[in-house]
Amino acid sequence: MSKQVVEKLKAEFGALVLAEAEHRGETTVTVERTEIVKICTFLRDACGYNLLSDLCGVDYLGRTPRFEVVYNMYSISAKTRLRVKVLVEEADASVDTVSGVWSTANWHERECWDLMGISFNNHPDLRRILMPADWQGHPLRKDYPVQGPDREPYQGRLS
Amino acid sequence: MGVEQTKTLGNGFVTTSLDKLVNWSRAKSLWPMTFGLACCAIEMMAAGAARFDLDRMGVLFRASPRQADVIIIAGTVTKKMLPVIKTVYEQMPEPKYVIAMGACASSGGVFDTYSVVQGIDEELPVDVYVPGCPPRPEGLLYGLMKLQEKIMKERNSFGAAIGVGEVVNEA
Amino acid sequence: MATETMTINMGPQHPSTHGVLQLVLELDGEVVVKATPHIGFLHRGTEKLSEHRTYHQVIPLTDRLDYLAPMSNNLGYVLAVEKLLGITDKIPERANNIRVIMAELTRIKSHLVWLATHALDIGAMTVFLYCFREREEITDIYEKVSGARMTTNYFRVGGLCDDLPEGLDAEIRAFAESMPGHLETYEGLLTGNKIWQKRTMDVGVISGEDAVDIGLTGAALRASGVDWDLRRDASYCNYDEFDFEVPVRTEGDTFARYKVRLDEMRQASRIILQALDKLKPGPILADCPQVCLPPKKDVVNTIEGLIHHFKIITEGFTPEEGEVYVGIEAPKGELGYYLVSDGSTHPYRMKVRPPSFVNLQALPQMVEGALLADVIATIGTLDIVLGEIDR
Repeated sequence: MSKQVVEKLKAEFGALVLAEAEHRGETTVTVERTEIVKICTFLRDACGYNLLSDLCGVDYLGRTPRFEVVYNMYSISAKTRLRVKVLVEEADASVDTVSGVWSTANWHERECWDLMGISFNNHPDLRRILMPADWQGHPLRKDYPVQGPDREPYQGRLS
Repeated sequence: MGVEQTKTLGNGFVTTSLDKLVNWSRAKSLWPMTFGLACCAIEMMAAGAARFDLDRMGVLFRASPRQADVIIIAGTVTKKMLPVIKTVYEQMPEPKYVIAMGACASSGGVFDTYSVVQGIDEELPVDVYVPGCPPRPEGLLYGLMKLQEKIMKERNSFGAAIGVGEVVNEA
Repeated sequence: MATETMTINMGPQHPSTHGVLQLVLELDGEVVVKATPHIGFLHRGTEKLSEHRTYHQVIPLTDRLDYLAPMSNNLGYVLAVEKLLGITDKIPERANNIRVIMAELTRIKSHLVWLATHALDIGAMTVFLYCFREREEITDIYEKVSGARMTTNYFRVGGLCDDLPEGLDAEIRAFAESMPGHLETYEGLLTGNKIWQKRTMDVGVISGEDAVDIGLTGAALRASGVDWDLRRDASYCNYDEFDFEVPVRTEGDTFARYKVRLDEMRQASRIILQALDKLKPGPILADCPQVCLPPKKDVVNTIEGLIHHFKIITEGFTPEEGEVYVGIEAPKGELGYYLVSDGSTHPYRMKVRPPSFVNLQALPQMVEGALLADVIATIGTLDIVLGEIDR
């Protein structure tokens, strides 16, 4: 089922689909960052992925591009899942918002901005959601110490 | 070397009996403020529910800090929540006590991270620590009983109540 | 006559906000014009911390996410790691059956606390005491099976930590058979009660399309007419072998959500009895020595057992590079775990998709135009728990 969706996506958008992968029965499609809103609208309307389960950022420190924004979506009628990814550079860490496609993306994107530092263009209300409003830094990045910047790092072995 | 003794009403028979009366009335009707933050709050609610009834100890949960004697910090204290806790603590009238319930309130617990305060005793003077993750309701009951013993051992409570000197806490 | 709105602050310390939630309400008299939730007062950094722990050491951290339904968080995480390792079909049948029993007991437990606090906020205090009495029976079962009343840490990657003790299945059966009777008691106190009906009917209404758009999942989605249940549609463990109904209603108000959750509790009791009937003696851990701890007698008697035990405890196992997303039907909605592995012993990224986080997003549109008292009823009906919203 997901294979057909990927074929439809490639037929519609051609060069914007950068890669596809399949692991443990799940399909992942990597697409061009600049056209994410068009692609998500197509997936929602033409392919039936009406529930955005999750939107998160992943920090691959040491690799360029450094960040990835991952969209996990689910189709209630077809009962299948699909994962869409976009690659985000560190220098220009911004993606267009998809809160116009699925309203649920609103808070997920705020959290991604708060913890990862990836900003979302045209977001209705982009501000910190989990950390205090005056917090400096983006905690979930790999170069942020787990115990916070103002404490001595733990010298022993944690695990 | 000039260590100042706090002014007290003295140690006579009448004054210590009055102290005992005040201590007894404070200890046997502790009114905590509901400050359930995380998982320990559920065990606090279970301690107040049918099986481990807290009401038989005179404990009545009050929602307003102005009417509470003791604040039970049940759950993880984060840096975002700390100013709120301090505001609420300052609104409580004297005499007030603090119970740190659970591992997170005592010392940060499992969460040694950027956003968690490693123990509420960084900011508030804690009287009783109740360890556990979460502590059993019997553990909370034992902690409350220890607090009651601590209150019963205070001296000059009657004097402090009428304005003569301060309460003296024996170590 | 010029009027102006009043902005008041509710929380983060408030008896009815089910945790540390701050609501800034703009009121025009008693009518809510705008509601803005502020969260993050319980953000403990679970996701960041899990990047510094082995896969097994993360299981106790997941307990403390939705602390009202600890076994279902464990289940979601363990299923995600098993999918990452590719050992999902090696899980023995007894382990799957016991997982289903525990997951459904957790569902009943979570819904009991929901009903207790929801009714308490609206004013029915007796229901709180009755529900907590039933909950104590479930915590007794939890304690006998895992040692802890609440943060159980019972599931392991590949199966369970320990088998059921003697006589516990009779106790679970007695509880599951008594549950419908208790539900009749709660219904007798609340369903026909005029005050309850006035406080919950037509309060916090949301339509099916709005619910799917805002990402609402779980009982709230089913009460708005969308027939969706991950246990039936994207089955995990062996839920497809059980016979249960999925309650769906169309009104989309607080009363409909209340009825849906009560019916879910009835169906959960049915599933528990079916699973107990299917229970046969057998192993409880998958046969994967690289991943699952060997039984103690092998550890002390055989050299392979000792080596495997040592490596798993000190280093942990290493899944292949890759990523998975597993969503389960937790009591509050779709609980999702997105795990990325880079081939090392620690998860590279663990993202938890908490159902309450997304359900709370629906609050502003559900209370716009409603009275202040309806805000309390709506927070209760959304069944949020701040531990999983803030992680």
